[in-house]
Amino acid sequence: MMRIGPLEVERRPDPPVTWVLGVSLLAILAAMAASGVIFWSHGVAPLRAYGVIIRGTLFNVRALPEVVRFAIPLLLAGVGLVLAFRALFWNIGAEGQILAGATAATWVALFSPVPDPLKLPAMFLAGFLGGAAWGFLPALLKLRLAVNEVISTLMMNYIALYLVSWLVHGPWKGPQMRGFAFTDEFPPAAQIPLLAGTRIHWVTLLLGILLAGAVAFMLARTRLGFEIRVQGESLDAARYAGIDPTRTTLLVMLFGGGAAGLAGVGEVGGIHHRLLDPNQISLGLGYAAIIVAWLARGSPLAAVLTALFLGVVFTSGDVMKVALQMPARVTDVFNGLILFWLIGSERALYYRVRWVPRREAPAPLPVPDAGAGSGGPGDGE
Amino acid sequence: MHVEAFLALQNITKTFPGVVANDRVTLEVRPGEVHALLGENGAGKTTLMSVLYGIYQPDSGEIVLRGRPVRIRSPHDAIARGIGMVPQQFLLVRRHTVAENVALGLAGTPVLFPARHVQRRIEDLGQRYGLLVDPQAPVWSLSVSEQQRVEILKALMRGAEILILDEPTSVLTPQEALGLFAVLRRMKEEGHAVIFITHKLDEVMAVADRVTVLRKGRVVDTVPVARTDKRALARMMVGRDVEFRLPKAPATADGEALAVEDLWTRSDRGLLALRGVSFSVRRGEILGIAGVAGNGQREQVEVLTGLRRAERGRVRVLGRDVTNRSAREVFEAGAAHIPEERVRMGIVPRLSVAENLVLRQYRYPPFCRGPLLDPEAIFDFARRMIAEYDIVTPSARTPARALSGGNIQKLILARELSGEPGVVIAAHPTSGLDVSATEQIHALLLRRRQQGAGVLLVSEDLDEILALSDRIAVMFSGEIVGTVAAGEADRERLGLMMTGQRG
Amino acid sequence: MEEWVLNTIIRGLALGTPLLWAALGEVYAERSGVVNLGVEGMMILGAFSAFALAQTTGNPLLGLLLAAGAGAAGALLHAFVTITLRANQYVSGLALTMLGLGLSALLGRRWEGLPLLETLPEVSAFTYLSLLLAVALWFVLYHTRWGMVVRSAGEAPAAVDTLGVNVALVRYLAVVFGGAMAGVGGGFLSVAYRPSWTEGMTNGLGWIAIAIAIFASWDPLRAVAGAFLFGALFHLSFRLQTWVAPEPLQMMPFAFTILVLAATARRGGRARGAPEALGVPYVRGER
Repeated sequence: MMRIGPLEVERRPDPPVTWVLGVSLLAILAAMAASGVIFWSHGVAPLRAYGVIIRGTLFNVRALPEVVRFAIPLLLAGVGLVLAFRALFWNIGAEGQILAGATAATWVALFSPVPDPLKLPAMFLAGFLGGAAWGFLPALLKLRLAVNEVISTLMMNYIALYLVSWLVHGPWKGPQMRGFAFTDEFPPAAQIPLLAGTRIHWVTLLLGILLAGAVAFMLARTRLGFEIRVQGESLDAARYAGIDPTRTTLLVMLFGGGAAGLAGVGEVGGIHHRLLDPNQISLGLGYAAIIVAWLARGSPLAAVLTALFLGVVFTSGDVMKVALQMPARVTDVFNGLILFWLIGSERALYYRVRWVPRREAPAPLPVPDAGAGSGGPGDGE
Repeated sequence: MHVEAFLALQNITKTFPGVVANDRVTLEVRPGEVHALLGENGAGKTTLMSVLYGIYQPDSGEIVLRGRPVRIRSPHDAIARGIGMVPQQFLLVRRHTVAENVALGLAGTPVLFPARHVQRRIEDLGQRYGLLVDPQAPVWSLSVSEQQRVEILKALMRGAEILILDEPTSVLTPQEALGLFAVLRRMKEEGHAVIFITHKLDEVMAVADRVTVLRKGRVVDTVPVARTDKRALARMMVGRDVEFRLPKAPATADGEALAVEDLWTRSDRGLLALRGVSFSVRRGEILGIAGVAGNGQREQVEVLTGLRRAERGRVRVLGRDVTNRSAREVFEAGAAHIPEERVRMGIVPRLSVAENLVLRQYRYPPFCRGPLLDPEAIFDFARRMIAEYDIVTPSARTPARALSGGNIQKLILARELSGEPGVVIAAHPTSGLDVSATEQIHALLLRRRQQGAGVLLVSEDLDEILALSDRIAVMFSGEIVGTVAAGEADRERLGLMMTGQRG
Repeated sequence: MEEWVLNTIIRGLALGTPLLWAALGEVYAERSGVVNLGVEGMMILGAFSAFALAQTTGNPLLGLLLAAGAGAAGALLHAFVTITLRANQYVSGLALTMLGLGLSALLGRRWEGLPLLETLPEVSAFTYLSLLLAVALWFVLYHTRWGMVVRSAGEAPAAVDTLGVNVALVRYLAVVFGGAMAGVGGGFLSVAYRPSWTEGMTNGLGWIAIAIAIFASWDPLRAVAGAFLFGALFHLSFRLQTWVAPEPLQMMPFAFTILVLAATARRGGRARGAPEALGVPYVRGER
């Protein structure tokens, strides 16, 4: 325990939800403040800018559906990542898994003999399998060869990117337009229905919400969920309980990859109705999903909210372009800043701060020398 | 003959939350002497040396070095003042050569080719002190005893006049230990002072000039080795406190609960930790395993509970051979485990009390039906356990890590004992707990014994062993050096066995 | 035929140079125990700042200097978050990449499409300087006091700490140095290799640089081989465009990385040769 002036700071291994929320909120506000500097450097008053953004996204009837449109893939990929992170598998490959799912769905839509009424379900199934397959390889490499999953999943992103690029410029090339390459348009049977007047492909949205619920249920109420939670906490205890780490990790990654794959299906089936330049499909959603999952702090249901939040961030890009003449890229900056503040504030989660002004001066307890090992046996960080 | 004290630790007191590790300890060391620091685990030897080496600051007391009081703020400081330490876990860069390790951070080494610069001196020192080692060899290729020599060289190169060695022979073979003693004698001749932390009486008699015995944080006495013997030292080490034996009905010895035959296994470092251990525990009896930590007890428990491979030998639980089976299979054969590391291994900290209570049995009905868990069944069970085992917790949903140490232990006992296992393996079950929690744990273990289970109790606390056991076996250096019935055991005899004398 | 080969070598050297600078920087950072996945972000910040200054002042070398500073600044942020705040190193690096890509795109808008009149030639004294630098860095790492301290900080920080050397400081310096190197690498792209500025012009080179560091087993001389190999590979993917689709070749370095990781793997540990304390924040107290 330390005193800093009138504040008392002490370690607290089990923070209440309110504290976690508070710290997370502060992190977001800090990121907003830092982004404010960017606005200011472009000659826009930060407060005014945020006002415009909030009005333009949350209070604008036409913008709100866009928020949901972005939230759909973010939710799907995010839920997958929540599960992966819970099992301590650092999956950075959602971007590639989205593309893998999109590719599989495109194949079903354009090149498979599946009859029309079955096209959409087949697309979803194929997309799930495609994403799952994309996540399976890094998982296998980690389990069998101890290959670091951060780098392997990242590399798979680029492989997926070039794969799609090749398909779109090569064997799957459709009509070209001004040098932009894309495939043929999907037949109507392969297009996911939208909510009237919006770009919300509600089937995928439903899927996302169901998945979030399903994962939450799975974690809380099933054997597998229990095993995942135990393993993510303590490998020793997992061994004790007879849990097989290989099985749980593989299952988690197959699901996570599959969920991201579904996001990809949604993008090509619901928004673009074709496979095109990979950057246009994944849009950095896979990386933003990391923030969705991190902010949700392990809760699949909370991911619904954090996905909406990131949806606002994505939509604000357009608002900024139109209303403030600022490039949409600011959202990338904001995302980076949020992530920094989030991870930078992690340690603060486990401390409690109290306002205790000194009234009398009690005899100070011997405080262990801060320079040489604070504490004795039994004190672990 | 009056010799100037080189170093004096005067009235050093060091406390940690809940425990007084050093209580007004005074230690005085002369140049040219090997001074042994003897005591059981928890006696305060390592803490005292950590204070000397600057890792901790004392709460009160003084360090007087060469006649002047000093404050040692960090190991770097200690080294600068001529105090060197050879730790039990070496701090060496395995991938680098001996010369590179010695040269690291050494003042006076040149910017270019620092390792080459020290090579000559390493060879010279090696000759002078008998610390022969190839300066160009990478550390990972060296034997443990050679690595230890590198640590000593590091200290000597930095001008250590006082050298602290922390249980140096715990990683050496007997021959290598002899080699070390020869080195220590050379150091004596060169005028260094050596402080030697140990719990092995043989070594004290073999190489030390004087010995200071610590017990429970206090100095018992400091005597010249020539004027004492092992019996006396053992007596000083374990004390003559009144034993508190719990009233218990005589053992209902009736069939074999746990049997171990000729177990051999290696520690994480690759050394032999168990050398042909054999014993058996009958139903309705408690067999206590006494011994200073580090003599194979941990590896023993790990082999018995399925967490470590036995290279040779058999383990039988209630008649069934469970040698080298998984932790789960051992448990299901009827052997419960109260682990030494309560929080790291015994519970899943962030999961709730209820979930922790079913950690071993969650996959069976009534807790589980098909792929789904049954929360009601789990909570029912939890509530019963909380009541029966008197676990103090705000609710069954509280995360387990929010509980106090004693209640965590009760949780673990509840989980492990609720299935009425025929064998209980308890490793240091009351370490760090207060008196009332300790009493409760003891009562629970005795109850299981009464109900016919065989209990293996591993503990460093002789009081606990004497109070609970029907028979006591003593482990030293990976072997059982003797087994006595509780009625015939006394602290002196056990103390001698704990330090290597066969009983 | 020879012209073709010569051309490949030259362009391989050209593209290999930025890769080399970034890889050398990452080697030092990781040798000290800190993984910095923000190389892509630092490179692109370097590319942008080099171009901007070179365009304004007409002096490309000044641009490179600023690039070093930009990369170092980014690295400093990463160092603070991972060393002082002990946050997850991998995620922090990722955040740095996001930040770098976004920031450079943002600030670089008005510089897009502008020509650069004073440029550095693709292969020149600078290339040879880079090779010399690699040799020098190799020498420093293995045969000097500082290099030994850096390596020890990444292998056994506890040992270094006990001997009175400030582990955090060593790591800060190594990481910031790595950032400066990555910045210069990026600067070379926009000022010599393809004198221009477009957002995202690094195109994943930063990730390749990290892969090269691993591929080279954290050895500066091997990094030279790796950098020029990958540089040539990249160039080939353009050259062979008339016969082979470029994407499979562009994919190669990334697939290669995975292969290398799998091949150099070791049971229960990191790649063979990885600094033992890599990726783990150092906490004193844990002796």
